[in-house]
Amino acid sequence: MLETIYTFFKPHLLPLLYALVIVAVLPLLAGYVVLLERKVMADMQARLGPMRVGPHGLLQPIADAVKLLMKEDIIPESADKWIFWLAPLLSVTAGMVAMAALPFGPVFQIANLNVGLLFILGVGSMGIYGIVLGGWASNSHYSLLGALRSAAQLVSYETAAGMAVVSGVILGGTLNTSALVNVQADQHVWFIFVAPIGFFLYLVASIAETNRAPFDLPEAESELVAGYMTEYSGFRWALYFLAEYTNMIVVASIATTLFLGGWLRPFAGTKAFNFLDYVPMLLMLLVAGYSLYRAPKQPVPIQKMVMVAVAGLCFGLAAILAAPVFIKTGIIGAMMPGVHGAFWFLFKVGIYLYVFLWLRFTFPRYRFDQLMKLGWHFLIPVSIVNVFGVAIASYLHRTEENGGHGWNLWAAILLTTAITFVIAAWLAKKGDRPPAGPVTAEKF
Amino acid sequence: MNLDSISFYFFAALAVISAILVVTRRNAVHSAIFLVTALLATAGIFLQLHAEFLFIVQVILYVGGIMVLFIFVIMLVNLDVAARQMQFNRMWLVALSLTVALGAQVYMVFHYAHSGVMEALFRLPAAPAAALEPNAEAVGISLFTEYMLPFEVASVLLLVAMIGAVVMAKRKV
Amino acid sequence: MLSITHYLVLSLALFTIGVVGVVTRRNVIIILMSIELILNAVNINLVAFSRLFGSVGGQVFAIFIITDAAAEAAVGLGIIIAFFRNRETVLADEMDLLKW
Repeated sequence: MLETIYTFFKPHLLPLLYALVIVAVLPLLAGYVVLLERKVMADMQARLGPMRVGPHGLLQPIADAVKLLMKEDIIPESADKWIFWLAPLLSVTAGMVAMAALPFGPVFQIANLNVGLLFILGVGSMGIYGIVLGGWASNSHYSLLGALRSAAQLVSYETAAGMAVVSGVILGGTLNTSALVNVQADQHVWFIFVAPIGFFLYLVASIAETNRAPFDLPEAESELVAGYMTEYSGFRWALYFLAEYTNMIVVASIATTLFLGGWLRPFAGTKAFNFLDYVPMLLMLLVAGYSLYRAPKQPVPIQKMVMVAVAGLCFGLAAILAAPVFIKTGIIGAMMPGVHGAFWFLFKVGIYLYVFLWLRFTFPRYRFDQLMKLGWHFLIPVSIVNVFGVAIASYLHRTEENGGHGWNLWAAILLTTAITFVIAAWLAKKGDRPPAGPVTAEKF
Repeated sequence: MNLDSISFYFFAALAVISAILVVTRRNAVHSAIFLVTALLATAGIFLQLHAEFLFIVQVILYVGGIMVLFIFVIMLVNLDVAARQMQFNRMWLVALSLTVALGAQVYMVFHYAHSGVMEALFRLPAAPAAALEPNAEAVGISLFTEYMLPFEVASVLLLVAMIGAVVMAKRKV
Repeated sequence: MLSITHYLVLSLALFTIGVVGVVTRRNVIIILMSIELILNAVNINLVAFSRLFGSVGGQVFAIFIITDAAAEAAVGLGIIIAFFRNRETVLADEMDLLKW
């Protein structure tokens, strides 16, 4: 009996372990992304951000989590209790299930689906239900308006994001996430250089998909209280927040896989750049050294201990990253693609998230009609033209026996990107002109 | 009792129970949520039938598109008055006779399936031991070569439906 | 061991539930949802036969049915919204403007 259960589960044990690691680490990671956001916001506003709770605010997410867990759980009287309970759950579940197909490294992937990219997009779009049902179940005007606006925004920008992804998939020739990274490794070029407009479109669309500024009207505090999250308090609100940051990590991972080369080191194929293999280890040592340097300067002993613990953690990570580089044989040497791949993937996701945060604190908010106009009148036409452009470039570049014309890659890309850019500029200019007034009789 | 059968029975039970709940709920939003689960269970059946591209198309289009549209419209026309009125009309006899007719079809299917000569024909081919052949590529190739004309006609149909829906929902034509 | 009968019975069950929903309910939106159930039952049937015969045509046709269902749902819901603006009702019994 026990053997049958074991043989039944055996092929699934490793993915289960990965899934457990991701589900366990994700709330912590999302909490620290919140802390990172507050620190980056403070840096851009010439102040320091959270400094008190841990050294440099490092224990702030834990304090926030404890506070939110202990808050009173208020449910509005006339709310639909069952849907009120279900809505945050849907958002979080959609985000976490989407993380099942993300390729964190050549080895560390829960499910290598053949339609992986589409799976992530599709399941990620189920987060809309969490928003719409949450707004409706709260039985309040602000919530419903915010929910409907947010859902309309998400649906509009999903088309543009999907088309941008299609332009990347044309280059990759497959929807399989690992295969996409392998194609970028084989061709020694990241797709961002081949389809830069596609990357830009995906960047803008993904900011709107995750309800981040400057597209965050549905949850802006000065507009609709908190939009669909108004009536949610304590842990339910924490779940919505977790869902938002999980979505951010998911879209950053899609962009990294498709456009930024996934888990590849920069210049992965070139032997001359092998010195870049030492970079992860050096980065970790730098952080550890800085923590040790700041440790004696902390005001309180417990903060000193936390800094030393952080330094110890970074030393440990540096050792893990250094081991496969120095010991090139045996099982430790074989861990090299896995460990370094995961590092480079998370590094690129971090850069993408930094761009998200940077844009949040730089641009003012879009008004809702401007938002919809941008989505429908600019992004979708440009993304369609971009798909045409990338397809034509791919056709021109293909060798003669494969049915193409054998142009040089960069010549084809330059031509089609220039045409797409001209059309996009014309569309943007057209959008700036004030709309024509109603046709009156005097004109004729 | 392998993974195939277990997943089929799980998704089938989920689909049928969700469908019954769709048809019997008083609140339209509850019906919509149960329809979402029914559609997800159908997508699971597609995945279990090795049709992975159709699985993801079902999730993206049906669950992520059509049902969101339904929920939008339910929220726009949701009347508490309607929820308090009678939900079922007087046509239950017609429904009963239709159910009996369709149930007779089920019986006929069972009768033929177990009559020996058809049994071998009806068994589904076993899955290949190696990895499955890529399904999305096969569907894509078929869609762009053999079924090119229906593909183009479907896109024209979608254009017409888009224009129709926009005109229908405008306040002043 | 699964055979085609399993999928046929499942498809028939969903179809029957959908038909009962269309015939019995008064709320027009729930009637539309039951129609979606009927279309899904047909899809399951098509994909099961595509697996039985090893051809991909069944799945392609199922994709067309999903496309059709999207178009029909959009137009149908547009009609419901237009009607609701005029008559303030979504019950099928009360949509009797053409009745003599």
